[in-house]
Amino acid sequence: MLGLNKKDTTLLIIVAALTLLAPFILNPFPTESGLAQFNAGYPDLMQRFVIFGIFAIGFNILFGLTGYLSFGHAAFLGVGSYSAVWMFKLLSMNVIPAIILAVIISGLFAVLIGYVSLRRSGIYFSILTLAFAQMSFNLAYSVLTPITNGETGLQLTLEDPRVLGQSATADGSIPVTNLFGAEMRSTYEMAVGPWAFQFNMGYYLCAIIMLVSFYLAIRIFRSPFGMMLRAIKSNQTRMSYTGLNPRPYTLAAFVISGMYAGLAGGLMASMDPLAGAERMQWTASGEVVLMTILGGAGTLIGPVLGAGFIKYFENIFSKINDNILHGWFAFMPDGLEDFVVTILHPFIGKGWHLTLGILFMLVVIFLPGGLVEGGQRIARLFRGKKSDDKSDEATQSTPAE
Amino acid sequence: MDAIILQILNGLDKGSAYALIALGLTLIFGTLGVVNFAHGALFMIGAFCAVTLTKFMTWEVATGEVQKTAWGSEVPVTKPLFESWFGPEVGGALIDWSVPLAILFSIPIMIIIGFVMERGLIKHFYKRPHADQILVTFGLAIVLQEIIKAFYGANPIPTPAPAAFKGSFDFGAMLGFDPNVIIYPYWRMVYFAFAAVVIGAVFAFLQFTTFGMVVRAGMADRETVGLLGINIDKRFTIMFGLAAAVAGLAGVMYAPINSPNYHMGMDFLVLSFVVVVVGGMGSLPGAVAAGFLLGILESFASMNQIKSLLPGIDQIIIYLVAIIILLTRPRGLMGKKGVMED
Repeated sequence: MLGLNKKDTTLLIIVAALTLLAPFILNPFPTESGLAQFNAGYPDLMQRFVIFGIFAIGFNILFGLTGYLSFGHAAFLGVGSYSAVWMFKLLSMNVIPAIILAVIISGLFAVLIGYVSLRRSGIYFSILTLAFAQMSFNLAYSVLTPITNGETGLQLTLEDPRVLGQSATADGSIPVTNLFGAEMRSTYEMAVGPWAFQFNMGYYLCAIIMLVSFYLAIRIFRSPFGMMLRAIKSNQTRMSYTGLNPRPYTLAAFVISGMYAGLAGGLMASMDPLAGAERMQWTASGEVVLMTILGGAGTLIGPVLGAGFIKYFENIFSKINDNILHGWFAFMPDGLEDFVVTILHPFIGKGWHLTLGILFMLVVIFLPGGLVEGGQRIARLFRGKKSDDKSDEATQSTPAE
Repeated sequence: MDAIILQILNGLDKGSAYALIALGLTLIFGTLGVVNFAHGALFMIGAFCAVTLTKFMTWEVATGEVQKTAWGSEVPVTKPLFESWFGPEVGGALIDWSVPLAILFSIPIMIIIGFVMERGLIKHFYKRPHADQILVTFGLAIVLQEIIKAFYGANPIPTPAPAAFKGSFDFGAMLGFDPNVIIYPYWRMVYFAFAAVVIGAVFAFLQFTTFGMVVRAGMADRETVGLLGINIDKRFTIMFGLAAAVAGLAGVMYAPINSPNYHMGMDFLVLSFVVVVVGGMGSLPGAVAAGFLLGILESFASMNQIKSLLPGIDQIIIYLVAIIILLTRPRGLMGKKGVMED
């Protein structure tokens, strides 16, 4: 189907089912129950799942296939956000032109940065991208204030022209982002017994765009072009000796992944029309690296898993506080209960990054293939040693190495 | 002229910090071939050694006496721990000098942290690609900085310098310019002098001791040194500890200049990497020279005359220099030919 083989079609269908049914799947606990805090099925978080999924898919096209580790990808996300917000300010509140502009501008930006950075490889490439991203970040904060509005961040105002739309709605407020009239923030709530499921317009737009990007990523992975990118990762010298110039391929991969990042940035601005420079900081670039590695670099589904994993735990872990922990461990004797809570305290709430850092280190040390490799190993355990070779082939996503 | 001297002086203290961190990074890269993204975290831990010692010395303990407030309620009188131990004079002096004293306290701590890091984690990454080394040390940096955050909170903690070094020194009057044109805080001078001493000590150690000679030989050709029956791994581990100690010392002395907070290491790390790359991967003199050079360039770029000519240049000058260097002379200013040149 759609030019994919059977395995990939199955994968795409599974991912599509999971994303489209996410409001149900992420809301397994009734709203009144004590476990409701583990529900992730609210629009804001679901939007972030898919948006960061897109970001990580794009990053993976560069890092997973060619092995070039960029530490400056957040710059493209930021550029995408800024261009989308400018579109909302100048043209109209429709998200389509905003997203298109975000992709185009970040693509151009990626051509520029990629052309320069890709002249070096290895650690030098990482540092060059880092330097470019930090430069954009610093400039966005200082000199480019007329474009970026500095520390406040770029926001919509009532005075914006919006030539195709209106500057203000009838009741004098700023209009909301929409897709040909369908508001991004509109949410349909469905109450089934004790459960409440939320279907958000914005989420479904992001989800469909993510599925399209995911499909494109599969096509890139399976194409001769993807094969070239893998060749660059495994042995660039040998590739040049066979008469192929690796530079155009890496540049293309860099620009594609930059456009993915810009698309994610544009969607982020479409869901919540503001853009700030902190989206471009190198810690934000580090985050997408974490997502991709955690999920499994070079695999198709890995980055999406990693993005979902990190965003879920970022939201849920940081909400757990000492009182909740006391509730969980109430069955223990008092002294032991306090002890356990004290031990766990640094890892929850604001300390969530500590947990993430430890987890990330463990993955890099023991599971270089990320969560996907973990899943494959477990699957292999269940199937027994006999089908070892078979299962290697049968796994839906082969690491690029 | 006076403006130029002032900018050079201003650049020196930041340049010293860059040079010290970059020196440690280069030592690690040159000996072990590892790209250590956790080096900034070591700098930060050094600064927090100073914070810890100051906090410990000034820990308020009850003296047993009770004082009446203006409203008639009774509050126990407290006294800093060291004053109750050593009396107000000696204790007070010790507290005042807590930051320099923290140097002694931080060296063993940093060396131990360095050993544990190398033996426990980095040892297993020699054979893995550079990207993996970057990633695992990046994770380690996050972990270290979050541990510090869990203990000390997210806000910067002011750590004063000794009273003798507060205030500024009128450098201009000494050189014959008008008074109050070139004034320079004493502590920054101390920092620069300290950095110069540490850098000198590291170079002397490598140049004039047998141990240093073996390490240099190992940097040049690890395999041959190993074949000569020298346990080079052990010496490289010690060098890692030394590099950690250099970063820690840079952090201790930096605490009074900028109140330490948990992410100061990351802020310095990015710049220090740029410094290492500009100086040349694996070249120790290059790292030091590039550190001072970039520190001074940065302070020149923040002059008003230059800023009005090229707005925003002060924010990006370092990165701009790095990009130009990487593209025109990838081995850096003083890098050896053929070291990480692709």
